[in-house]
Amino acid sequence: MNEKNIIICRCEDVTLQDIYRLMNEGYTSFEELKRILRIGMGPCQGNTCGQLLQREIAKFLEVPLDQVKTQKVRPLTTGVKLKSIVEATKNER
Amino acid sequence: MNAEIVIIGAGISGVSIAYNLANKGVKNIVVFDSEYLTSGSTGRCGAGVRQQWGTKMNCLLAKKSVEFFEKAQEVLQYPRDIEFKQEGYLIVATNELEDEQFTKNVLLQQSLGIPVKKLTPLEAKQIVPHLNIDKIVSATYCKTDGHLNPFTMTEAYYLAAKRLGVTFYFHEKVTDIIVENNKIQKVITNKREVQTHKVVNAAGGYSKEVAKLANVDVPVFSENHEILVTEPIEKIQGPMVISFALNIYCQQVPHGSFIMGRSDPFMPHSHNIESSWKFLDEMAKTAVGLLPPLGELRVVRQWGGLYNISPDRQPIIGGTKELEGFYLACGFSGHGFMFAPMTGLLLSEIILEEPTTIDINELHLDRFKDGDFNAYETSVV
Ligand SMILES: Cc1cc2nc3c(=O)[nH]c(=O)nc-3n(C[C@H](O)[C@H](O)[C@H](O)COP(=O)(O)OP(=O)(O)OC[C@H]3O[C@@H](n4cnc5c(N)ncnc54)[C@H](O)[C@@H]3O)c2cc1C
Repeated sequence: MNEKNIIICRCEDVTLQDIYRLMNEGYTSFEELKRILRIGMGPCQGNTCGQLLQREIAKFLEVPLDQVKTQKVRPLTTGVKLKSIVEATKNER
Repeated sequence: MNAEIVIIGAGISGVSIAYNLANKGVKNIVVFDSEYLTSGSTGRCGAGVRQQWGTKMNCLLAKKSVEFFEKAQEVLQYPRDIEFKQEGYLIVATNELEDEQFTKNVLLQQSLGIPVKKLTPLEAKQIVPHLNIDKIVSATYCKTDGHLNPFTMTEAYYLAAKRLGVTFYFHEKVTDIIVENNKIQKVITNKREVQTHKVVNAAGGYSKEVAKLANVDVPVFSENHEILVTEPIEKIQGPMVISFALNIYCQQVPHGSFIMGRSDPFMPHSHNIESSWKFLDEMAKTAVGLLPPLGELRVVRQWGGLYNISPDRQPIIGGTKELEGFYLACGFSGHGFMFAPMTGLLLSEIILEEPTTIDINELHLDRFKDGDFNAYETSVV
């Protein structure tokens, strides 16, 4: 299949071709690729693409999978509306 | 290995300094970063650029930097997009005291040629229709302010510097600076030793620790500043909206998402950059209060980064009297991204002993020695 048609990050529409291109430019970690391609920055926060990308990086660098870091996990675990957060703070008092 | 100059840190300051030196013909420049490009504050910041400051120095640094950002894409021949969205900053005053201060600020800014004007709440609402004007007394607006993509802007400098021959080493931490007879001899990293007589400390949140390696004391500290991003929506907001009293800055980036942050006055000094629920609560309340429709937006992620803060909240840019060949670009106090073009230009001029584009004597480290600084910047979030 054409690399251009293989989507690695659904949220931000990043293809395998985009990733290969950047890895060939020298960016070979999740954090570096994310900062330029936005991979992992969407609503799922890397929950879908994280492991796919990890495998591609490991293949590219020819290192074992466990030597490739995945994305840093930060809050929130799932999208929450700002107004819901405001409401929740009112209930605390 | 030897180097004409070693630069410590590949954030926006380090890459701009490297580019400017190389652009002036300096050869054999080496940059070390303990992590990767934009891993420090630069890759965590709002990347807002404003010329509306309370001190003349900050106004000038920002104005000249904006002039560079406007042509950066071409000058640096960057293949991706630096995403300079130049649709202004709207700064709202929420009380009489702020309103008075802003009147003074605007006069200063206009005297320096910055295209800023004072607005009534209704005029402000024309520019940002979803602004809750019950909260505000007046506003100031400068249409040539804006924000960039911090990753691509930094990469633009980085690629240009590399083309000019600068060598970058990532994942390589500077662990010592060897000084003999009051002269720098060597920089030591976890991987190599480099003979050099000139070192630039552009280590951001770690600049105090790096200066200590050369036995130079720099009176700065670091603290965590948190920020969040929402899901993207269609474009509804042009300018960055900020309020000092309400403690908020909020922008819609070209991608469509909103990025917003605020400060915690009780944040301890440290290198911690974790996320807190307290920030999320306060940020949500402030944002929804000032810009009510944003309540409908889902928060996707929150994160943190370091402000490296100086006693007068103005940067420290220049050499040091203690140690020949040791230069500082730190203490940006939360606004080092927007000054980077000038940081790089001015420091390269100082290193090459050329006349400086603007007089920046007052940014020298020595101003803190006898408490001889008077221009305290109050216009900060
Ligand atoms: C939440 C937040 C929002 C912000 N918003 C804005 C804004 O809207 N506008 C604005 O202008 N500014 C903003 N700032 C401030 C801005 O991020 C910083 O002033 C600026 O990025 C500083 O860049 P720098 O290159 O000096 O430092 P950094 O980007 O921190 O770079 C320093 C580099 O040095 C490296 N390093 C450290 N120690 C060593 C060592 N021993 N050896 C080798 N390398 C080392 C680090 O890895 C790092 O990459 C914000 C900051 C934060 C945290």
